[in-house]
Amino acid sequence: MAEKNGAGQKPRTIIEKVWDKHVVAERAGAPTLLYIDLHLVHEVTSPQAFSGLRERGLKVRRPDLTIGTTDHSIPTYDRSLPIVDKVAGAQIEQFEKNCRDFGIPFFGPHSSKQGIVHIIGPEQGLTQPGMTVVCGDSHTATHGAFGALAFGIGTSQVEHVLATQCLLQSRSKTYEVRVEGTLKPGVGAKDIILNLISRIGIGGGTGCVFEYAGSAIRSLSMEERMTICNMSIEGGARAGLVAPDDTTYQYVAGRPYAPKGAEWEKALKLWRELPTDEGAVFDKRIDIDANSLEPMITFGTNPGMGIAITAPVPDPAQLNDPLERDSLSKALRYMDLPSGKPLLGHPVNVVFIGSCTNSRISDLRAAAEIFKGRKVNPKVRVMVVPGSQQVKEQAQAEGLDRIFKEAGADWREAGCSMCIAMNGDQLQPGEYSVSTSNRNFEGRQGKGGRTFLASPLTAAATAVTGVVTDVRTLV
Amino acid sequence: MEKFTTFTSRMAPLPIDNIDTDQIIPARFLKTTSKAGLGDQLFCDWRYDENGNPKADFILNRPEGHAAQVLLAGDNFGCGSSREHAPWALTQYGFRAVISTSFADIFRGNALKNSLLPIVVPPDAHKKLFAMVEKNPEATVTVDLEDEELTLPDDSVVKFTIDQFAKTCMLEGVDELGYILQQEAAIAAYEAGRPLTVNTLAS
Ligand code: SF4
Repeated sequence: MAEKNGAGQKPRTIIEKVWDKHVVAERAGAPTLLYIDLHLVHEVTSPQAFSGLRERGLKVRRPDLTIGTTDHSIPTYDRSLPIVDKVAGAQIEQFEKNCRDFGIPFFGPHSSKQGIVHIIGPEQGLTQPGMTVVCGDSHTATHGAFGALAFGIGTSQVEHVLATQCLLQSRSKTYEVRVEGTLKPGVGAKDIILNLISRIGIGGGTGCVFEYAGSAIRSLSMEERMTICNMSIEGGARAGLVAPDDTTYQYVAGRPYAPKGAEWEKALKLWRELPTDEGAVFDKRIDIDANSLEPMITFGTNPGMGIAITAPVPDPAQLNDPLERDSLSKALRYMDLPSGKPLLGHPVNVVFIGSCTNSRISDLRAAAEIFKGRKVNPKVRVMVVPGSQQVKEQAQAEGLDRIFKEAGADWREAGCSMCIAMNGDQLQPGEYSVSTSNRNFEGRQGKGGRTFLASPLTAAATAVTGVVTDVRTLV
Repeated sequence: MEKFTTFTSRMAPLPIDNIDTDQIIPARFLKTTSKAGLGDQLFCDWRYDENGNPKADFILNRPEGHAAQVLLAGDNFGCGSSREHAPWALTQYGFRAVISTSFADIFRGNALKNSLLPIVVPPDAHKKLFAMVEKNPEATVTVDLEDEELTLPDDSVVKFTIDQFAKTCMLEGVDELGYILQQEAAIAAYEAGRPLTVNTLAS
């Protein structure tokens, strides 16, 4: 085993430490066989994996390290109503059957623990520091906020993990993202990550795992750290993590699946060894000055096409590379936007507050602050979609739902909703939205729909004015 | 899985950077529980108009793009969602290789598991290939996985590299799961010495 510990060893990053602890076997000519501590499964990327198991007559090796929930294709209207979309309904039913047949615990549509897979793992205390976490979903990096090595996998790999609890993996490069300083009011975690991606591009982290470090990251809450890790994939990295600290331990302590008593003390001791050693070397590094960050917004058709909200949309004529120039022109054509002007004041049809990036309680609180005592612009349809049933309950206990409803926003059931537009929540062709989700690809939020990605604050401010708004002009 | 053999084919050029998996196969087709029918939905929103009719100017609807087994795409192909539906759709349509200057990690892994070869070429060869198909849409390339060589229409040869394990699996037509299952003893030994983590069956 490659595990190295104690004095005299080469200093290691947290990424290497977690990796080393999970090496099951290393054979010449093959990638490393890596053990997986937690496997999250959902209805969309798993059916063909379960079919594969059935065809081969295999069992799920560790149902006790596996959990299922339904989030992607589930409607966000009243759960007591039947699912209108027959195909989605059949998929959810099949998933429920798969979990039952293979003994996997399942947070179904009516469970109080149901929610977006990346919201419920942390919320239930399933996600813990130092773990390897996988899911058939590219935003699995979210769990990296706990100092876990968490990454998205394809359906073939879902089958591998179900059958063997292992994956064949090659080591990634390490990439330090150092964010120092203090954020200005109105600027948050979403703006940090959108800024990073706009600088390195959506392929900038390919082949790498990010470690987010620096004083600005340290001062963030767990929920904010999750927002940042969540979008690691949008920078091309399969995973991104933050070393655990007291903020992490306080968050995990007492959650339903977290270790208790003596087990907790044992776990804590191991977790405290995880942070990157002094002198460890990363393959790549970038520095971000938190003091200088502005609220960010995307204007184009990938998450790297982001600008400070007061900055002008870039001009393709100023790019030298012909393919890059064409890509930007194509994006602006799709978005039907002129270059050279800021997006401020651009009318929108829909505001979506939700997704595994920004649908936790702190996101909803931030949005509610803006909605309080204000009304949604009558031209805008506003959807607020909590990330989980637990978030929903908490928000209702705090009266946030009333603030949203009184403002004229739509308060919905938990799920991915318009982040991926599989469940009927979607943009109409040509419509514009400000969304707190993570992807603005063509058609991502509905065929022909146009998405501006931004923070919950920017989204809420836009909802009340009806046009893209700098939240700092409202408060 | 079928064994991956050397082949010669025309290319379907798609000179766009950062083609994401939402374009390759839009999310609304992910409600399926099988792999069937995805080839028809490949690049759906670029390929068909609002009424479902093929758009005449899209490469897959043009005669020269028709029987191509090689997709020639811009930089960072396959970024975004982890959906394996993307390589399923590409292979069902008939593609056996994609040429780009780089691939997103998850897509590359998914492609290799489905006998779809992601070929990374240097930027100059990439530009040259686009120029060649523009001049002659029927120009062909030969893909030789064994020797890790791509033969261009002018008979020049570009070397590419590929993960050796994935290469062996593709050439022999075996999948990874069989290989992992053989390591049962190592897995059991690891589990025996493994620190306690969660138990999803508890609580
Ligand atoms: S909220 Fe969006 S990004 Fe997150 S898991 Fe759901 S579909 Fe994926």
